[in-house]
Amino acid sequence: MVLFDRFTLDNGLKVLVHEDPTTPMAVVNILYDVGARDEDPEKTGFAHLFEHLMFGGSVNIPTYDEPLQRVGGENNAFTSNDITNYYITLPAVNLETAFWLESDRMLSLAFSEKSLEVQRNVVCEEFKQRYLNQPYGDVWLKLRPMAYKKHPYQWATIGKVLEHIENATINDVRDFFKKHYNPSNAILVVGGSVKTEQVKLLAEKWFGDIPGLEKPVRNLEEEPAQTEERTLTVQADVPLNAIYKVFHMPSRNDENYFTVDLISDILSRGNSSRLFRKLLKEQKLFSEINAYLTGSLDAGLFVVEGKPLPGISMQIAEEAIWHELEQLKLEQVTPDELTKVKNKIESTMVFSEMSLLDKAMNLAFFELLGDADRLNSETQKYLNVTAEQIRQQAQQIFRPENSSTLYYLAN
Amino acid sequence: MIDRTLAPAFGQVENIDLLHAMPYKLDNGLQCFVIDGGDQDLVRIEFIFSNVEWDMTKPLQAFATNTLLNDGTSQYSAAQIADKVDYYGAFLQTEYNFDQVTVTLYTLNKHLKSTLPIVKAILTDSIFPQREIETFILNQKQKLSVNMEKNDFVGRKVFNEALFGNTLYGYDIDAAAYDHLNRSQVAEYFRKAYQPQNCTLIIAGKVKNETLQELNNIFGIDWNNAGVATPNSFTFGKAEGAEHYVEKKDALQSAIRIGQIAINRGHTDFPGFQVLNTILGGYFGSRLMANIREDKGFTYGIGSALVSLKNTGYFFIASEVGADVCSQAMSEIEKEVNLLKDQKVSDGELDLVRNYMLGSMLGSLENALSHADKFKNIYFSGLDYDYYDTYIRVVRNITPDDIIGLANKYLNFENFQKVIIGKK
Repeated sequence: MVLFDRFTLDNGLKVLVHEDPTTPMAVVNILYDVGARDEDPEKTGFAHLFEHLMFGGSVNIPTYDEPLQRVGGENNAFTSNDITNYYITLPAVNLETAFWLESDRMLSLAFSEKSLEVQRNVVCEEFKQRYLNQPYGDVWLKLRPMAYKKHPYQWATIGKVLEHIENATINDVRDFFKKHYNPSNAILVVGGSVKTEQVKLLAEKWFGDIPGLEKPVRNLEEEPAQTEERTLTVQADVPLNAIYKVFHMPSRNDENYFTVDLISDILSRGNSSRLFRKLLKEQKLFSEINAYLTGSLDAGLFVVEGKPLPGISMQIAEEAIWHELEQLKLEQVTPDELTKVKNKIESTMVFSEMSLLDKAMNLAFFELLGDADRLNSETQKYLNVTAEQIRQQAQQIFRPENSSTLYYLAN
Repeated sequence: MIDRTLAPAFGQVENIDLLHAMPYKLDNGLQCFVIDGGDQDLVRIEFIFSNVEWDMTKPLQAFATNTLLNDGTSQYSAAQIADKVDYYGAFLQTEYNFDQVTVTLYTLNKHLKSTLPIVKAILTDSIFPQREIETFILNQKQKLSVNMEKNDFVGRKVFNEALFGNTLYGYDIDAAAYDHLNRSQVAEYFRKAYQPQNCTLIIAGKVKNETLQELNNIFGIDWNNAGVATPNSFTFGKAEGAEHYVEKKDALQSAIRIGQIAINRGHTDFPGFQVLNTILGGYFGSRLMANIREDKGFTYGIGSALVSLKNTGYFFIASEVGADVCSQAMSEIEKEVNLLKDQKVSDGELDLVRNYMLGSMLGSLENALSHADKFKNIYFSGLDYDYYDTYIRVVRNITPDDIIGLANKYLNFENFQKVIIGKK
């Protein structure tokens, strides 16, 4: 159980406080409701590039990291297709420094040309390090546009191509900031050795006078139902063949999300999971095989990926995957197997409560979903899932015409 | 109106309180330590075994044995072990590092009675079915072939071999090493290493009296020693610095890894060296990051570290940089290393690093599990909690002259092994 208090400033900033007196530390987490899905299709990768620029100095404070490190703090951030999340951990006695830094960059950035130039290079190197200079690194650059034809999930957070990042201008940066980085578009969570009253005073003092703007309206084109099977074959300088199969599935806020999440656990969580046991251990068809969800806020993807062993044809590998998916459509999972994946959910939830930062990030994320308190009822939602629901969702999702398959072949 | 240009007042971290580990022994002499704390009704139990009797003709023995522990006992098949662990929502992990192998159980307390007997079975009664060994070898070779396409992975291998030669720390594991692995090597290693006298048990979380009782019942009564295994012992001389370049024609980036043999935690210079390392490349605001990422934009990340091993320590700098700027990046790194030897670090920078390190230390003590990790650092280096008092004192009081002295003593760019994978 993660307890919290919640209030909203006049400018629209939502603030949540989680008091945890067992630690001498404090966490300040700010989630901005903006991600790669909010980008212009001709300027992709921008939300993430912008995240880098948030560390390039703000209107009244020339550097962000230095004053924070000086008070014993650490910080980082990440951008996804849905959100941009910034977090600080620091000794609780120095909490006010975090408010000072975070509020100033919400008020306004320095918009330094030098920072833009350097971070364009840094992000291009990140693009190369993670996507281009790694075996199989470009898989998601290929899968996303196969699965999504209308919705902006068709590009990765890093962007479609290096050129989009190289061409970003300071005016793009200003426009993006103005549109997305305002109090009504943010959720602030403060946790640790803090008091709600203290946080109220600090929030008013530092964030209270930032002008409130209307929360930007998101109007994304929904991805139409897929009606034909999609496949793509690529050749690359990799040592092993690989297969990637993705299916459209419900959004994070859909009541069936939990059922589908459990399906991925049945297939792929732990050494007792079906894909690992049957296809890797028993039939020795794959050297690696996994299933997981993208977990996105809008309708996401169910992913099955594997590397067939040498001598195993793509056709055999694919048929073996289909066989396991068909089983889920045909037969209900046994009570033991269902209990097993539910027990894992329960213990994972308890373990995650050991980390202050995890708690703060989760509160922010669930508040964005609609109510931070859903963090505390999440486990129950999983426990309520039935074997029949699993079978029905499997039937709904695991259809060839709902799938996109990438055959990634070794040269 | 508030003046936003003024930083709020702040304080240095005053008290850093560590939860001390409580030692006790099981009836068979197995050494245990308990770190009790936290509200969550769970524990992490680590069975830590020293790596023993290194034999370079069987370089995969320790790693393979520990990884294959999950794969069958005389009572349970691999599938049954997995079923039981997963059914109770537990996590059973095997880890291997240069000095030790670890079998870790994460479990809710309410399932402890069901999960501990599985651990007992795998630690005392693993049979390593031939079929499982074959699967392991096959799949590991595939993974290796993928990893060999990653420049940073290759860089780490080449670097370790340059520093540590044919010891366990440096041995270059290739596909042939997997081909030579067999069941009798694994069974032999299992007999030698998995004994109570070679094991340390660390229990962290909400630890109850009945848990300790249960541990003794299961691991303390009929688990006996059989023949003494000798823990690995290596000595390393100082080698001449050299360049190790592996060209990759189509590389967009080059992996850089450079450094040398240094000292480990037991050495009195270790805390001071950690301050020196932090300044150079140990945090986001470090000189290497400030210059090579934040000023030049050559890389997504660059860092340095001082690593303490049982038989030695080493220092390294690592990055992946644009292939076209690799040489420039190397000379900037050299410049930064030499600067620390020639010029005093300013009080402002040193104070920042002090505060950062103390805050980071405080932040690393999040829960009983992280307190246990702090204990392992000292215990396996043969140190006690005084080490952390010394560490904190050094971080608070080290002077710019001390830093210059340490830089001149330990950082000699000419003596570095310099590994570049990609293009230069």
